[in-house]
Amino acid sequence: MDIEKIRKDFPILTRKIKGNDLIYFDNAATSQTPIQVINKISEYYSKYNSNIHRGVHFLSQEATSEYELVREKIKNHFNIAKKKEVIFTSGTTHGINLIASGYSNILQKGDEIIVSNLEHHSNIVPLQMLAEKTSSILKVIPMNLSGDLDLKAYKKLLNNKTKLVFVNHVSNSLGTINPIKEIIKEAHIHDAKVLIDGAQSAPHIKTDLIDLNADFYVTSAHKLCGPTGIGFLYGKEVLLNELPPYQGGGEMISEVTFEKTSYADLPHKFEAGTPNISGVIAFGAALDYLNGIGLKEIENYENELLKYATKKLKEVNGLRIFGEAKNKISVISFNIESIHPYDLGSILDKMGIAVRTGQHCAQPVMDFYQIPGTVRVSFSFYNTKKEIDFLILAINKAIKMLS
Amino acid sequence: MNSISKIQKELVEEFSFFEDWMQRYEHMIDLGKSLPLIKEKYKTDDNIIKGCQSKVWMHAELEETKLIFTADSDAIITKGIIAILIRVFSKQHPDEILNADTKFIDQIGLKEHLSPTRANGLVSMIKQIKMYALAYKTQIN
Repeated sequence: MDIEKIRKDFPILTRKIKGNDLIYFDNAATSQTPIQVINKISEYYSKYNSNIHRGVHFLSQEATSEYELVREKIKNHFNIAKKKEVIFTSGTTHGINLIASGYSNILQKGDEIIVSNLEHHSNIVPLQMLAEKTSSILKVIPMNLSGDLDLKAYKKLLNNKTKLVFVNHVSNSLGTINPIKEIIKEAHIHDAKVLIDGAQSAPHIKTDLIDLNADFYVTSAHKLCGPTGIGFLYGKEVLLNELPPYQGGGEMISEVTFEKTSYADLPHKFEAGTPNISGVIAFGAALDYLNGIGLKEIENYENELLKYATKKLKEVNGLRIFGEAKNKISVISFNIESIHPYDLGSILDKMGIAVRTGQHCAQPVMDFYQIPGTVRVSFSFYNTKKEIDFLILAINKAIKMLS
Repeated sequence: MNSISKIQKELVEEFSFFEDWMQRYEHMIDLGKSLPLIKEKYKTDDNIIKGCQSKVWMHAELEETKLIFTADSDAIITKGIIAILIRVFSKQHPDEILNADTKFIDQIGLKEHLSPTRANGLVSMIKQIKMYALAYKTQIN
C-alpha cells in the first residue's frame, strides 16, 4: 500500500486547520471522500441526472442501469445471495428503524428482544420504541471491563420467547469486534432473528453475509468513503417478504386504485419515492475504490496503526484506554487523569487534530465505566504513524496547559 | 461600579495582548481558576445548563438590585468561559444584562465557541443568564 499516493486521492487532507495540517482522526464518525467518489457525483449530475425505473428515455435508462449496477456491486462485496435482498436506505439508522417498525406487526406481548450494552443509541432507541408498542421485553447482553460482551450471559438470555437480537459487529465507542458469527448461531438455535449493525465494521473488515448467516444487516456509505445520506439494508428474502412496507409512495407499488393498492416485489417494496440516486451511484464508486486498494490490505495496515498508537498512548502519563478487547478495530477511546475529555478535544482541535469527545452516542457504555465521556481517535487507511506521533506531542502539550 | 460595556472593553484589551491561541487559552484557564464557585447546595440537577458536553451548574441571586452569579463546571476550559461571562454579567442590574450584546466574545477570539456544534453551551449559558435577568427583573419591579 502506497500511503502517500492514497493520500493524494483525498482533497480534504491538504487542508490547513488554524495553520496546521489537518489530522483527521474522526473516521468512526465519518470517513473522508476520495476524488473518484466526488467525481462520480459530479458525473451523475453533469451527464445522466434523471429519475430512475420509470422513464423510457435514454438518460433514465442510463441512470437506472448505473443505480442497479451498484446493487450488484453490494451483493458481490458483501456476499449476498440475491440482488433483491439489497434495499437502499438513507443509512444505518434508517435500516434499523425499517426492521424494528416492521416487527411491530409481528411481535406479541411477552416476546423478547436482545440488544447489547455496547450499542450505539440508534440500535437501542428504535427497539425501545418497538418494545413499548408491542409490550415485548428488551434484554441487554452485559459487557465486561475489557469491552467484550459476556457471551455466557448472552446464552442465558436466549430462550424460546426471544424473537430478535440486534447487535453491532463493532462497537463505535470502544472498537470491540463482537463475535457475531457465534451470536447469530446461538440465536438461530432459538429461532430468533438477528440484525447486525455493520456501520463500524464494513470499512475495516471484509463481511461475508452468507457465511455469517445474518438475517438482517445494515450499514452506511459515508463510513466507507462514500457520500452521506445513503446506505443499505440486507434482509433474507423470506423475512423481508413477511414485513409490511415501511413507507408508502411511488416506486413501491405494483397497482394503485382507491379501493386497494398492491405492493411491488422486493427490493422496490421498501424503496418508496425517488431515492438518493447520486448517492447510490457514488456508493458504488466508493466500493470500487476500497476494493482497488483491497480490504485485507486496509485491515492489516489499520491494525498496524492501532498497535502503534496504543503503544504510544500508553506511554502518556495518566492515560487510560477504555476498551482493550483482543479483537478490535482501529478505534481508541481514552481519558487522561483529571482532564475532561472536552478540554483535551478542544486543545487538540486548536492544533488541527480532529477527534471525537463525549459519549459517542453510547451512553450505556460510558455509564458502565462511570465516566462522562472519552476522547476517541479512530484511524483509517489514509492516516500515518507520523500523524500519530504528532497526536502524542499535541496531547502532551495539552496536558501541560490543562493541569 | 463598572458597566457591562466597560468590562467587555477591558476584556477585549486584555486578550489583545496575547499573540496566539495558546496564550489566550492559558489565560482563559487561569480565569477559570478564579471563578466565583457555586455553593455545593446549589450544585443540583436543576441548576445544570443543558446543551453542554461538560457539566455546567449556575446559580443566581439578587443582592438589592444587582444579580450575583456563581457557577462551576467539570471541564476547565468551560470554567474559563463561564468566568469571563460572570465577570461581565455578575453584579449588574437585570436591565443592563438584558440590554447587553455579546459581540465581545468574537473580539476576544472565542468565536468558535459560539458555533452550535461545539456543544459547550456558551450560547446556552448566555441564554440562561438572560433568563435569570428577566425573572429577577420582575421581582425588583
